[in-house]
Amino acid sequence: MSAAALEPAAPALPRNALLRFLWRLFRTKPLGAVGGVIFALFLFCGVFADLLAPYGFNQISPINRLKPPSLQFPFGTDNLGRDLLSRCLYGAQLSVIIGFCVAILGTAISVLIGVVTGYLGGKVDLVAQRFVDAWMSFPDLVILIVVVSVVGPGTPQIIVILGLFFGIGGSRIIRGAVVAVRENMYVHAAQSVGASTARILWRHILPNVLPPVIVLFTTRVGAAILAESGLSFLGIGVPPPAPTWGGMLSGSGRTFMYQAPWLALMPGLCLTIVVYAINVFGDALRDLLDPRMRGSR
Amino acid sequence: MSAAETLLEVEDLRVHFPVLRGIVFHRPVGTIKAVDGVGFRLARGKTLGLVGESGCGKSTTGLAVLRMLTPSGGAIRFEGRDITQADADTLRPLRRRMQMVYQDPYGSLNPRMTVADIVGEPLAVHDIGTPAERRAATAELIALVGLKPDMADRYPHEFSGGQRQRIGIARALALRPSLIVCDEPVSALDVSIQAQIVNLFEDLQTRLGLSYLFIAHDLAVVRHISERVAVMYLGRIVETADRRDLYKAPLHPYTQALLAAVPIPSPALEAQRAHPVVAGEVPSPMNPPRGCHFHPRCPHAKPVCSETAPALRDLGQGRAVACHLHGD
Repeated sequence: MSAAALEPAAPALPRNALLRFLWRLFRTKPLGAVGGVIFALFLFCGVFADLLAPYGFNQISPINRLKPPSLQFPFGTDNLGRDLLSRCLYGAQLSVIIGFCVAILGTAISVLIGVVTGYLGGKVDLVAQRFVDAWMSFPDLVILIVVVSVVGPGTPQIIVILGLFFGIGGSRIIRGAVVAVRENMYVHAAQSVGASTARILWRHILPNVLPPVIVLFTTRVGAAILAESGLSFLGIGVPPPAPTWGGMLSGSGRTFMYQAPWLALMPGLCLTIVVYAINVFGDALRDLLDPRMRGSR
Repeated sequence: MSAAETLLEVEDLRVHFPVLRGIVFHRPVGTIKAVDGVGFRLARGKTLGLVGESGCGKSTTGLAVLRMLTPSGGAIRFEGRDITQADADTLRPLRRRMQMVYQDPYGSLNPRMTVADIVGEPLAVHDIGTPAERRAATAELIALVGLKPDMADRYPHEFSGGQRQRIGIARALALRPSLIVCDEPVSALDVSIQAQIVNLFEDLQTRLGLSYLFIAHDLAVVRHISERVAVMYLGRIVETADRRDLYKAPLHPYTQALLAAVPIPSPALEAQRAHPVVAGEVPSPMNPPRGCHFHPRCPHAKPVCSETAPALRDLGQGRAVACHLHGD
């Protein structure tokens, strides 16, 4: 990479801030950029699954049961003769969107609780964190089963419930980071100038807890996709025949693991690739947003 | 001294921290008397050096003066107003008049803000001027502390310790304060850089008419910058005097020991002079010794020293000392 440093100024640096950011991303963090592209690709597939999928996700073809991957069925077929590629594409729609939304909601809740209680400390912190303790010590599954049986299964419900779970649990991580940042003298300096609490939180605390926030977010995307599969397995996730990767893995994928390994392999690979992609993208993002890393390669 | 207008007057200042035990119900089990009856006067445009070992309460005094914490007792008068118990709303406008420069040039600057943002933040907080005016004022401040204009858009990690301290000073100057509390502003810097920063402080004082409460743990730095020096030990002032008197003839045994600890840059002289080394550690402020706090370590301790605490006695000519050996 050192050769890049010696190159004459980059040809016509883009004006737009977003373009400039992407330019830096590709130049300094190629792996992270590839991760971002892969994730974008999956999002694209998910959004346009209707156009891309060669078959319907629930189109049953009894004569083509458990066919291995071929030209006709690139990912093979399942025990009902449904095309696995189509199901994986539709699965991207559900799984990636669920993972993404849960991670956004969960991280937002974590940041809100963590930043406020960590910065204010004292009684607020004590009460809020004991609530978090109580919440975390309660078995997730019990609450999930109760809530789902009350509101009924469905994608929005799953997103809200998982978001709440991840958010409240993850607030502990953010709070820890905030408590460490709060002790910095620049926070003290801002207070001594007379800066408002909101300003200190926004300008001083939040930017400096960004690294754990990004890591939390990227790990949550994968965890949410997996958690949804666990819920589907129990019959309280997104109800079948809707294709989710988790559902495919734990349903027919598990049952026919020996006769038709591709049933588990294909959705499993999709899951692994997306989670890996978002993780390297998150790492690159974290480094790029840190001014201390600027200029270093 | 008396001719100059008093900017800051501290009287019998006390800052006590309760020591709490218990998880749910905190019950006090003791008190740390971090500052216990400190008084001094700071004239406009002058510098008072506050010297003492770690843990003697000098930084706590600085924080109390800025009202970053609420004193347990005593009085702080700043620009003629009693601010001892002033609430946050009253203090907000006053924060413009008093600022602080911190010891650690690394921890005191937000690593995710540019120099211009850091220096301009006080202006933004108090909503002074338009964004364009603020940018101009920031550029002026950056030049004032001896940094180059093109440094404004860089981040703190790109600077050396001395440069970072200049950034911190520029931030403290942004609101045109009359008082700056300098909490060991040079102790984290290389000796060669220390001199530059001390010179910058002096230069800014003559140009802007600033007053400094200059906190330090050694007498060498304070000697250059302070008109008056107050020596603190375990929450109390043990001696206060004009700089020349204090360095020429220290009265309190603790001051004498501190002065002896200042190295002389000549091995021959260093070998000749007497070293009244103070034995032992600073006692815990939670459980200070009876009588004079210094008596367990004092080479001249008398029976009375362990019985009654000596008051700070005025010896005239601006000197005061809290010691049974003097003024009886």
